[in-house]
Amino acid sequence: MNSKQKVIRVKNMYKKFGEFTANDDLSFEIEAGEIFGFLGANGAGKTTAIKILCGLSYPTSGEINVAGFDVYTERESVKRNIGYMSQKFSLYEDLTVFENIRFYGGIYGLSKSEINFKANDLLKKLDLEHARDKRISALPLGWKQKLAFSVAIFHDPKIVFLDEPTGGVDPVTRRQFWDLIYDAARAGITVFVTTHYMDEAEYCDRVSIMVDGKIEALNTPEKLKEQFHADDMDQVFLSLARKATNVE
Amino acid sequence: MNRFIGFLRKEFYHIFRDKRSMLILFGMPIVQIMLFGYVISTDLKDIKMAVLDHSKDEYSAEIINKITSSGYFSLTDNLKSVKEADAVFKKGDVKLILVFEPDFGAKLIKNTRANIQILTDATDPNMANLEVNYLQGILQNYNVEINSDKKAPFSIQPKTRMYFNSNLESVFMFIPGIMATILMLVSAMMTSISIAREKELGTMEVLLVSPLNPLQIILGKVTPYLALSFINALVIIGMGYFIFGVPILGSFTLLMTETILFIFLALSIGIFISTISKNQQVAMMLSMFGLMLPTIILSGFIFPIRNMPLPLQIISDLIPPKWFIVILKNIMLKGVGIEYVWKETLILIAMTMGFIGLSLKKFKIRLE
Repeated sequence: MNSKQKVIRVKNMYKKFGEFTANDDLSFEIEAGEIFGFLGANGAGKTTAIKILCGLSYPTSGEINVAGFDVYTERESVKRNIGYMSQKFSLYEDLTVFENIRFYGGIYGLSKSEINFKANDLLKKLDLEHARDKRISALPLGWKQKLAFSVAIFHDPKIVFLDEPTGGVDPVTRRQFWDLIYDAARAGITVFVTTHYMDEAEYCDRVSIMVDGKIEALNTPEKLKEQFHADDMDQVFLSLARKATNVE
Repeated sequence: MNRFIGFLRKEFYHIFRDKRSMLILFGMPIVQIMLFGYVISTDLKDIKMAVLDHSKDEYSAEIINKITSSGYFSLTDNLKSVKEADAVFKKGDVKLILVFEPDFGAKLIKNTRANIQILTDATDPNMANLEVNYLQGILQNYNVEINSDKKAPFSIQPKTRMYFNSNLESVFMFIPGIMATILMLVSAMMTSISIAREKELGTMEVLLVSPLNPLQIILGKVTPYLALSFINALVIIGMGYFIFGVPILGSFTLLMTETILFIFLALSIGIFISTISKNQQVAMMLSMFGLMLPTIILSGFIFPIRNMPLPLQIISDLIPPKWFIVILKNIMLKGVGIEYVWKETLILIAMTMGFIGLSLKKFKIRLE
């Protein structure tokens, strides 16, 4: 970890939908350059929390600071300093590789020369130079995924949120994808990732596990295994998730 | 501003690279105008007619001559007996049979009264009615002609003039209808599908997380369709004017202002549909059944509203194209100014604001 600076600070965050409490008193802090695994069964409240952190929805109460900005009052600044990638990869299939890069660079306000320069860099790094003018629809899934991640961090955000980024990809590609995540973390980008794959939880610096809207455990994978007397993260997860009542 | 241009460029790529969109945008208006202008015509022309002349004198010959030379009817068969009528109609080509009673001319001169019987194939009741009316008109004229040298004691001579469309060209009625349909199709349906597509593909999430604010996203999605709809409107009016001679008697500026107002309304409906549909399929279904069918059936485009049962008349008031069609007809065919269409204009404005309000409300709930 490069520094001890906190890039995400969440204190007593609540989110209620009528009677239902989706996020129940969440508190955690994430350091710059950390890879933070955000785990939980479906319906545990992960998506709700990510939406709040990304400025897509307001919390009911709590103090939330993302990338140094308040999510209530400085939403624009929050958005400028984060990147986001979802399970669906979110590239436009009918645009070419370069057109996608140019579009996403453009909406983050990068200049034309910056975009051209960084795009060449990126294509070289991903070994995709030959596919620069190919439509996304013609690319294999693994390439799309890598490209989607690279596009999400194209504007050098402080934090990148990855919402189940490896869904539906084979193990080898997943491993390669994690190499990209490590690269990004080394470059100082904080990675906030949700996943269903417990082996991926092992790759994270720290992991939190949500059950029924609450964070039930938060520590490094090693410490968690110790705490729950488990051999791997799968067992940790299962022993916690069994307590859940509102699993979908 | 650069961001916005980048967004627009992306939208245009989507449109121009999608064959379906291109077909709807540029094929549809032209095909529709051609269809309505040339094929689906309710004007009478060369209706096939048979004659059963029991009299065969100079008067019956003259009347037949008058009818065929009008251009509306053409004589194809001479029947020998009324028994053939059934068979002739069943064959289907002949729509009309004219029967002269025996000694038609003699009776006309001596008794001052003679009968003609008109038989029609009423499988298409509207056409049958129209044919009879035309035929009666011709006979009426002939009546006046043969009486011109005599002084009929009392006689009313109606002199008709068809205002605003003196030749009763049906294309005059269709151009406003096609305008409304196409603008609905392009502005409302295509916008709603294009926004729903971003939702379906997950790119909408990414856009919302980006520094673009929701208003910019919506404007970016809507602007290309605003431009393309406007071009479409010009093409339709242009084709109407230059090919079919549909006049624009009123102010062109007013016409275009009203058109832009209607495009705004259609766009706001499109946005509203996209806020309530999860994916492209739903957006398409809602647009087709919620917009296109009512536009074609209930807006007065093809079927006259005043002939509908009362409940449907009330529903037709809720259909935006109805008001737009009234405005278009008034400006183009009657040449009136805003003082005659301000009510309809206000209704369109109110509807636009209503849909924008509903969409905003829907959108806010989502953000909560």
